[in-house]
Amino acid sequence: MSGPRPESATGAEFSSDEMMTVAAARSLSDEAVCFVGIGLPSTAANLARRTHAPGLVLLYESGTLGTRPERLPLSIGDGVLAETADAVVGVPEVFNYWLQPGRVDVGFLGGAQVDRYGNINTTVIGDDYRSPKVRLPGAGGAPEIAASCKEVLIVMRHSPRAFVPAVDFVTSVGYGRDGRARDRLGLFGSGPVRVITDLGVLEPDPETRELVLTRLAPKVEVEQVRAATGWPLRVAERVEVQQPPTENELGILRDLKATLGNGESS
Amino acid sequence: MARILQLDTAVAELVNDGDTVALEGFTHLIPVAAGHQIIRARRRNLTLVRMTPDVIYDQMIGAGCADKLVFSWGGNPGVGSLHRFRDAIQHSWPVPLEIEEHSHAGMANRYVAGASGLPFAVLRGYAGTDLPEHTETISTVRCPFTGQELAAVAALNPDVGVIHAQRADRAGNVQLWGISGVQKEAVLASRRSLVTVEEVVERLPEQPGAVVIPGWAVTAVSEVPGGARPSYAQGYYERDNGYYQDWDAISRDRDRFLEWLETEIHGAERSPR
Repeated sequence: MSGPRPESATGAEFSSDEMMTVAAARSLSDEAVCFVGIGLPSTAANLARRTHAPGLVLLYESGTLGTRPERLPLSIGDGVLAETADAVVGVPEVFNYWLQPGRVDVGFLGGAQVDRYGNINTTVIGDDYRSPKVRLPGAGGAPEIAASCKEVLIVMRHSPRAFVPAVDFVTSVGYGRDGRARDRLGLFGSGPVRVITDLGVLEPDPETRELVLTRLAPKVEVEQVRAATGWPLRVAERVEVQQPPTENELGILRDLKATLGNGESS
Repeated sequence: MARILQLDTAVAELVNDGDTVALEGFTHLIPVAAGHQIIRARRRNLTLVRMTPDVIYDQMIGAGCADKLVFSWGGNPGVGSLHRFRDAIQHSWPVPLEIEEHSHAGMANRYVAGASGLPFAVLRGYAGTDLPEHTETISTVRCPFTGQELAAVAALNPDVGVIHAQRADRAGNVQLWGISGVQKEAVLASRRSLVTVEEVVERLPEQPGAVVIPGWAVTAVSEVPGGARPSYAQGYYERDNGYYQDWDAISRDRDRFLEWLETEIHGAERSPR
């Protein structure tokens, strides 16, 4: 995707997608245990492991625990994940023993729609589930990742079609339809703590849980983010501007992406 | 003891019109050749079950084998959407497709319950989502010890479970390794089972970390080298990523799909790749 191409601290050009991936990678602390999906989350997690977080533990829903792929996997079942894992377990085990009890620190999710309370839709677009406008792939592992990981990071490209006031279908719960429902569900995880986009970062307001703009990507204006958000976006009192990718981050990211061959998988 | 059968014989014997059929393999060891044989045998009104209905189910749905799909994620992994699956749901082509939709955790637990001889499984799942509203096989149950409310999902007991594995011996003992998905559970939950394998050997060599399914728990084994292509079989061959990408264009268009179906499935003894 082509976006604005500002210059990094060292003068290298970078795309808005690269900034988003780097920002997502920086959100992962070293030695965290992270449940990863294919696509942007997988790219970001593997970038983090090669930069500031060499101790990051990666779990994929195919049952590969502690995997250290030397290239980006093309699917959650890529053989490189099994060959470089500490352990390979079956799918019932990865969900029941590893995810369900709350052992995983960070879950990394994307989706077709996210709403102002961090609820995610990957099921249908349209009001009628039985007769949708667009049928999406569905839930996969996401509902239980959203519920049971200690915290959730959401990574999505910003657009009014994707950032909607209320999702058409709650596939994975954020803070619930009213921003309060999550509290009543007794889940292990605290919910989405950050939504990282190509324009900046949204975080839930501690009181209302409504997603609020807290960081801007370099050279992006607040109005741009508002225009790309389907609800009247509130802006935090202090909005930081993200540090551009360093030369090291960009170099490693591009080398990683090159291992995919035919473009990024989803 | 499992019988060693030719693939066409095994499908003819084991898979009937109207059956509930589960083909499992979690992006690895997908039983593609068996799926193609089910299309070639022109089976109809199947309830197809699979956690990740990907290209093989797109092909079976487009060919009109199914009137119901039970699943948790329907996409072309690494590429995008499944166009035959979407066409069936959005436009009832070639026939209407009823869906029963779960999460991966829910589906995995449904197989575990089915394999365990239990009517349902308990999990922490679906809380706060819209899925239970649309799926009758999702409910809740109260823990008799703590009073906690938990999700309950109905057991899955397909008529036929179909998987692909690396090896079997002459007694039908099956050995598979690498990403093992829910294959063991799918076989044990099903009334009948068919395992296609890369090779039938005299004696299974030692293989650390392998899942072994005893032959007395398997109905039939068929030797089908390359039977998981275009997915992969660890230790035998890699995934053919080009096939998944090409499928996107073939499957977008009904006429192109029908042409593919005629030449690559009905016109071919075995799919060329």
